[in-house]
Amino acid sequence: MKKVKFRHSTSRLLLLSVVFLLSFTNVNFAQEDPAAIGDEQATEAVAAESSSGDVANGKSLFNSLCAACHKPYSKSIGPALNGVSERHSLAWIESWIQNSAAMIASGDAQAVAIYEEYNKTAMPAFPQLTQVEIGDILAYVEQPKPTAPVAAGGGGSEAGSSTGGGVSNNVILMILAFVLVMLLLVLFLVNKTLRKFAAASGVELPVKEKRKPLYKSFVENQFLVLVTAIIVLLASGYMVYGFFMQVGVDQGYQPIQPIHYSHRIHAGDNQIECKYCHSSARTSKHSGIPSLNVCMNCHKSIGEVAESTATEEYSKEFYDKEIKKLYEATGWDPANQAYTGETKPVKWVRIHNLPDFAYFNHSQHVSVAGIECQKCHGPIQEMEVVYQDAPLTMGWCINCHRETNVKMAGNEYYEKIHEELSKKYGVEELTAAQLGGLECGKCHY
Amino acid sequence: MSSNKKYWKSVEELNENSSIVETIQQKEFAEEIPTDEFLGDKDSLSSSSTTRRDFLKYVGFSTAAASLAACEGPVIKSIPYLVQPERIVPGIANYYATTIADGFDFSSVLVKTREGRPIKIDNNTLSAGRAGANARVNASVLSLYDSKRVKRPMANGQNVSWEDFDKQVGTALEGVTGEVVLLTQTFASPSTSKLINEFSSKFGNVRHVVYDTVSEDAALTAYQAKYGTRALPNYDFSKVGTVVSVGADFLGDWQGGGYDAAFAKTRLPENGKMSRHIQFESNMSLSGANADKRIPVTPAQQRAVLAALYGYISGASTSGDLPGKLDDAVVKAASQLRKAGSKGVVVSGLPDADAQTLVLEINQALGSQVMDSANPKMTRQGNAAAVTKLVEDMQNGSIGAILIAGVNPAYSLPNSKEFVKALKDIDVSVAFSMKEDETAKLCKFIAATPHYLESWGDVQFTKNNFSLMQPTIRPLFDTRQFQDCLLKWNGSDKSYYEYIKETWSSLGTDAWNTALHDGVFEGASPATAETSASEFVGSTINTSSAVRNLSATSEAKGFQLSLYTKVAMGDGQQANNPWLQEMPDPLTRASWDNYLTMSREDADKLGLINENVANGALDGSYVNITMDGVEVKKVPVLIQPGQAKGSVGLALGYGKKEAIQEEMQVGVNAYPLYKDFSSVQYVNIEKASGVHEFACVQLQNTLMGRGDIIKETTLEVFNTKDKNAYNKTPEVSLNHVETMVTSPEVDLWESFDREVGHHFNLSIDLNSCTGCGACVIACHSENNVPVVGKEEIRKSRDMHWLRIDRYYSSEDSFTEDIEKKEDISGLGESLTQLAEMESPADNPQVVFQPVMCQHCNHAPCETVCPVAATSHGRQGQNQMIYNRCVGTRYCANNCPYKVRRFNWFNYTKNDEFDYHMNNDLGRMVLNPDVTVRSRGVMEKCSMCIQKTQKTILDAKRDGRVIEDGEFHTACSAACDKGAMVFGDVNDKSAKIVNKVEDKRMYHLLESVGTKPNVMYQTKVRNTSEA
Repeated sequence: MKKVKFRHSTSRLLLLSVVFLLSFTNVNFAQEDPAAIGDEQATEAVAAESSSGDVANGKSLFNSLCAACHKPYSKSIGPALNGVSERHSLAWIESWIQNSAAMIASGDAQAVAIYEEYNKTAMPAFPQLTQVEIGDILAYVEQPKPTAPVAAGGGGSEAGSSTGGGVSNNVILMILAFVLVMLLLVLFLVNKTLRKFAAASGVELPVKEKRKPLYKSFVENQFLVLVTAIIVLLASGYMVYGFFMQVGVDQGYQPIQPIHYSHRIHAGDNQIECKYCHSSARTSKHSGIPSLNVCMNCHKSIGEVAESTATEEYSKEFYDKEIKKLYEATGWDPANQAYTGETKPVKWVRIHNLPDFAYFNHSQHVSVAGIECQKCHGPIQEMEVVYQDAPLTMGWCINCHRETNVKMAGNEYYEKIHEELSKKYGVEELTAAQLGGLECGKCHY
Repeated sequence: MSSNKKYWKSVEELNENSSIVETIQQKEFAEEIPTDEFLGDKDSLSSSSTTRRDFLKYVGFSTAAASLAACEGPVIKSIPYLVQPERIVPGIANYYATTIADGFDFSSVLVKTREGRPIKIDNNTLSAGRAGANARVNASVLSLYDSKRVKRPMANGQNVSWEDFDKQVGTALEGVTGEVVLLTQTFASPSTSKLINEFSSKFGNVRHVVYDTVSEDAALTAYQAKYGTRALPNYDFSKVGTVVSVGADFLGDWQGGGYDAAFAKTRLPENGKMSRHIQFESNMSLSGANADKRIPVTPAQQRAVLAALYGYISGASTSGDLPGKLDDAVVKAASQLRKAGSKGVVVSGLPDADAQTLVLEINQALGSQVMDSANPKMTRQGNAAAVTKLVEDMQNGSIGAILIAGVNPAYSLPNSKEFVKALKDIDVSVAFSMKEDETAKLCKFIAATPHYLESWGDVQFTKNNFSLMQPTIRPLFDTRQFQDCLLKWNGSDKSYYEYIKETWSSLGTDAWNTALHDGVFEGASPATAETSASEFVGSTINTSSAVRNLSATSEAKGFQLSLYTKVAMGDGQQANNPWLQEMPDPLTRASWDNYLTMSREDADKLGLINENVANGALDGSYVNITMDGVEVKKVPVLIQPGQAKGSVGLALGYGKKEAIQEEMQVGVNAYPLYKDFSSVQYVNIEKASGVHEFACVQLQNTLMGRGDIIKETTLEVFNTKDKNAYNKTPEVSLNHVETMVTSPEVDLWESFDREVGHHFNLSIDLNSCTGCGACVIACHSENNVPVVGKEEIRKSRDMHWLRIDRYYSSEDSFTEDIEKKEDISGLGESLTQLAEMESPADNPQVVFQPVMCQHCNHAPCETVCPVAATSHGRQGQNQMIYNRCVGTRYCANNCPYKVRRFNWFNYTKNDEFDYHMNNDLGRMVLNPDVTVRSRGVMEKCSMCIQKTQKTILDAKRDGRVIEDGEFHTACSAACDKGAMVFGDVNDKSAKIVNKVEDKRMYHLLESVGTKPNVMYQTKVRNTSEA
């Protein structure tokens, strides 16, 4: 586990500003994700190969109708569709799609075999699909598996970083440093040479008169000593106070979790609603760590990440390995698409820890007040590894209660109290503090 | 002048040649200090790799490391479910209706579970009319987490698997010669009866003996003789106009208890009327304490009283000659009963079939609507004669196997010695038990059974009223319930759950689901009655001979002992429950003990004393009790005002030694005195040496005429006079004008704005409060109140947030107390008379007053806190902030009600306080919404702010207005008598608003001007003799 530095510390600010400055230099090649380019190129390349059908339309149809149960290249709830037109005749496929149940009922040998193989899960009928549309879907799924992208994408990104900008930051920096060093050297040499000339030509250089050392005059000035002493004492007092006040404040706490779960991918890139997983935040005091069956709602069919998900820091292989960890924990066997029953609960490290004597209720803030999760948890959708963004101190809570107006509109509970209090305080909007949100007993019992 | 005096320290010194003296004189230590053993051995010294400097380095490093490490917070792990059960959301409580049926307590309850663990028992409001959850039922949730439970089945002292267990018991039962006996508690379960019938038909020679630890045999026999069913008459006390009780503690545990809630409803003086309650009894019981008129009589006299009462009511002549005063009381009682007519009822607790027959006859003669003979109570089935016969047969050797379920006869049988001896000789003995108790220890097989919160079951409360038991948690240990075992041994592969469903298949799925949800349902028993092996002679009991028997009692020598059960301990099943041990008895206010209660006169005769020692604690003498060769030694004596002269009382259920923590092995076992299962015995008492230390939480027993603590009046005054006559608001002098303390100009303080938002008030009605103590335990379990143990209680360091004060009058009534105090004039008189008032009367009036933090609007505690750890909330709650408290205890000193409790020690994870909070199992009962307090902080009643806040939040989330009745505190929810009403006074439709405006309403110590948010309703007694 590591503990990152306080986010707004000066060093961090400096670093940020340097990065900010430097980011202008490579703005040109940061815009286009090379991996994405590679991927798309590859898909288009294969698309060109198969000519019978509109691949783009097929893709959209596949994603809207089939993707829930089928994947092109691997087994899911239903079989992999790649190669289906070799396994079955086109007519068979069309009649299967339009009404599979009838085919099974009629005793078609192939149909029954598939039905049996996939645990008697019936495929819904799609009578609305025309022959052309089925052709499009087949055209899409029958594209050969794009194996090239890894190489192509990788090559692309390498090329991007080495050739795209011409000169890299490091080179510029090194040149600048070299120039500076050279300048210093030149100045030193010039100075030395000039002194030599002066000595040679007998020019007497003015000798500085030796002055009373600064510290002695400082010590003799009692007023200055007193003032300094007071300042030093005050400063050290302030620092000691600051030190003690940060004991127990774990802002920036960023432990390493047993599974590298990236909120950036889920909440950021894929825009999954926070409360889809943390559903109990709506009703309970706890936001709840989602149980693993919630993960498996999606990850039953998402066994690996897309190429484009990988970053420079974390490769696709890394992420895929993390998904494997989830499978291991839940006992999911992706090959057979079944649970083995061997489970290993995941021991997450808790990041936000309130002391036992402080009562906090998520539903009060999330459901009643309608506060965004980010207000307390920070830019969670950007966090690759989650850290504690807020200090979670009492002062921080109180401050928000003082400043935040309570969302009362449309809530019958508040009607009476709103009327009474707004008359009393002569305001239309009431803060949590005015409602009694600063009383000790509201959070400590 | 020289002296020859020689000083010597030991005779040895006088011997001049003694070598010892020489050695001692020269050496500092008599024995060599073995430093050389280590230092002298160069090898060991040099081979040690740690030098002194290294050692210092290590010390320095580890100190520095430890202090640095302390700055880092601990790493807290969270483990979510793999598959989250649909209904469990972390942080949200689930409620399940279930039923306790442990053979003594039968009650339908609501169980609150958090994250799958039961943490609190509530009343099931749908089960109105049935027994509510008393203190023991409230505490039963802690018994689930008892660390002394048997965790797996055992055979011959070895842990075995259930498969092995079944195999071994199966072979044993097959090879058995002689009768197979099932000795069980009262299950009152149709399914279990059916199952036992099946078991009997499979194994043939089976006898089922039902044994109630505390017997109601006499009442059962009388009812059976008259009405044909072995059951108890059911009473609907809400219809009572006049009740006469002859030795029946019907507000306590009489005939299974549960009548108090209905009776309390008749105690409110509405429309100028309330019920009249006359009590003839020997021990001071809850019923006697609440009675309008209490006449202390010995049990022998009670028999005569009942006979006379029958005579007066039926008009038949009685030959009994009662003392004039007593006879007068009986005459008056009879006339009032006659006047009440069908609203009159007589009840009796005399352990005598004749007496119980007379009770049935009197009630029939009165045409009483209160007694319901058509829907009798089924929760007691024990048969004393059958149990006696069983022990005889066991001694004869005719019993081949015995299966004991739910009872502990080796502890609780009066002739347990014979039972134990015979049990050892029986070939096959199986104990179905939660504990390795006295009986289970002697059995060859112990079948570990689950707690009722882990079990399935159906219970027949009365003939037509049923209730279901369902598990609220997966079994904590490797246990299996009795019925599941029988099913298995019957060769069935069904579970008991399926079996119950099958029994009730007539209900249909919907009705079954509703019944399971509600916990209770009405119907008719589908199971055929159990074929009882015990032969009952179907003779009716002759009334006239019963009267003759009763009135012909001669007073034998010695004392008449009445054995009773305490509200805290009951029959002693939950003796290992620290909440119950620490709960003070409502009357004596003593915890952690049982004792012989005795009248002052008798105690003086025997030279027995009760005295307060220097730290205020109570000490008492010991006595030995002897009876027909049975001797119970060293029984402490507690002088009980109101105890009938010549009678003594002793509580059952104490003195357990097996499967119980050492701290809780308190009291003496009174069961050896429970001869023939009769609660009345003649005993001899003699003083024994030694002094017993009681843990009594109340040391001041009388009010000293201070009418502003308890206000009490009679129905007559209440009906005819002005409020000022019985509930006068105190006045203070302002500019020489008497001004009411409630008026703002005499107030030192500026008032808070109490008009906006919620403002909570709690009303406590002294008329409906019976002092039962259910609220005390409910508060314990809701608020994580710690248990401190006997020693600490003795030091008045009890932690109860809610206490029930009990006051005795020092004259015959409280009104006379006040008169006496007001008539005092002069110093001499005040000294003598006030001293007299310290001691309670021989037959005092008694009141109970629950006192918790009064949540004063002008709280004296708030102003003295130097760190503002206690402050006032806008909702009327006086808030106590533990994390802010530094423990100056100024607040406790400044509190006029003495309701603040200080944590002198850390009561969690502390071996010195080895109760439930010191083990992982016991801590599972803690309420996660309430902070566990640590050492050095003050704590007190919070008015269950966690509950009110939750109600508010639920309403906010649903976007609705809160209705009256939604707000509750733990105590108000636990009070099935309706004595505690809690609500928001700013909600004008709320019930609490009526309470505030009631003529009987007063505040505790109103003259102090604290303006509390807790109010009391004046106690009214119906003293009319006509």
